[in-house]
Amino acid sequence: MKLTLHIWRQRDRGDRGRFVTYRLDDVSPHMSFLEMLDVLNEQLVGRGEEPVAFDHDCREGICGACGVVINGLPHGGFPGTTTCQLHMRHFQDGDEITVEPWRSKAFPVIKDLVVDRSALDRIAQAGGFISVRTGSAPEANSVPGPKEAADLAMDAAECIGCGACVAACPNGAAMLFTAAKISHLGLLPQGQPERERRARNMVSAMQREGFGACTNYRECEAACPKRISINFIARMNRDFLKASLLHGRERGGKRQAR
Amino acid sequence: MQAALSFYGTAVGKKMVVAVTGLFLFLFLLIHMLGNLQLFAGPEALNHYAAFLHSKPVLVWGFRVLVAGAFALHILATLQLFLQNLGARPVPYRVKRTVEIDYSSRTMIWSGPLVLLFLLYHLLHLTVGSVHPDFSAGDVYRNVVTAFSLWPVAAVYIGANLLLGFHLKHGLWSWFQTLGLAHPRYNRWRNCFAWLLALLLATGNIAMPVAVLAGWVD
Ligand code: HEM
Ligand code: FES
Repeated sequence: MKLTLHIWRQRDRGDRGRFVTYRLDDVSPHMSFLEMLDVLNEQLVGRGEEPVAFDHDCREGICGACGVVINGLPHGGFPGTTTCQLHMRHFQDGDEITVEPWRSKAFPVIKDLVVDRSALDRIAQAGGFISVRTGSAPEANSVPGPKEAADLAMDAAECIGCGACVAACPNGAAMLFTAAKISHLGLLPQGQPERERRARNMVSAMQREGFGACTNYRECEAACPKRISINFIARMNRDFLKASLLHGRERGGKRQAR
Repeated sequence: MQAALSFYGTAVGKKMVVAVTGLFLFLFLLIHMLGNLQLFAGPEALNHYAAFLHSKPVLVWGFRVLVAGAFALHILATLQLFLQNLGARPVPYRVKRTVEIDYSSRTMIWSGPLVLLFLLYHLLHLTVGSVHPDFSAGDVYRNVVTAFSLWPVAAVYIGANLLLGFHLKHGLWSWFQTLGLAHPRYNRWRNCFAWLLALLLATGNIAMPVAVLAGWVD
């Protein structure tokens, strides 16, 4: 099929950037979106032009590297699909496709469609860990936990950190990402010791990075390629509220003078 | 103090202030509406109720201070969040589509201030009386009926309460989500609840100007 592509081109962080239009004549419907971009790049290199830079790694929907906004929706807006898993059969001959990078103050464009998502890493570093003793691996069944909580933790842990939630949110908020990371550990027995600190520190880290605030539009949930629910945002809010109310107050273990 | 500041310093903390003050304002409006609906019980009932309120200055002024405080916090926090959101995407998308957003959620930042403007008008109109054509302190019933007999005035009241209904349709649903009250078992009721209460408040308030215009109350 024939396609007209409007692609964001930007040399580096300092460049102002612009849309450039390309025509592709021979796109197979069996290609993935990234393979279609590969074909474009081969032609560009053949003509001696600079290829379009885009992020990718696994190309099987698990690494979270490949996000771009396609016709106004992150990853193209097909349920549970990353850009690398999106196939050209979803488009029609003659379609015009606009491809843009994630737009967020916290995600500066490095080049073309590639953005710097290390703001998400810094949020994770603020609390997305558990403290474990080193040494030989413990017996797997020695820490009992309810199956429902484990399942829910797995749903949250599916987050691949692609940033589609931020890209989709009209406010540029990173609530769904942060909520998924907080909940994933907060649901497991191993995550309990740091649970309250984690909620406070990660919510504060999100603030420092310049993301927007939630107005409960639910666009993030619709855009998430792992279909992560905004119920986790409610859970994060709950943990954050509890942690803020009880912070530093838990010192009633000894009889105190009245 | 330190803890309160770091709580309010985050978007989640501010949003919780919006939620708690919003619910308080809603509850106030509900009581306010229930009181005013005595319009349908006739002049004695409504004027008697007004006289009762005026005989309790501590109650009335206590409520006024609380409501003004809640308004101030509600507006301050939403304004700060709005500015934060404006700054979060300096370069806009050329093409942007949305999937879930509806009219109510998109217009919160406009329905709110418009309701505030209406509120100022309403205070000057039926509390202070300075923009009322024929105000007599104490005869609340007559003030209301003469006010709403002018269709443009009635239209302003009806329009403002429709906006308030939209604000609350999203706001009351949001309230649960913001304060972390979510559970798959009850989630679908949250939207019903928001619709029902928003509809209740809007229709209750709108019933009064409509009744006067239609001549059911005079
Ligand atoms: C008349 C009384 C009002 C009531 C009963 C009310 C109620 C509410 C409620 C329940 C919420 C939801 C809180 C949450 O997000 O969890 C809310 C949000 C909000 N309110 Fe109000 N509000 C009122 C007036 C105002 C005014 C005067 C303004 C602005 C000047 C305003 C602006 C907003 C904004 C911007 C939001 C956030 C919307 C969002 O996050 O999408 N409200 N309000
Ligand atoms: S390239 Fe890894 S998720 Fe798409």
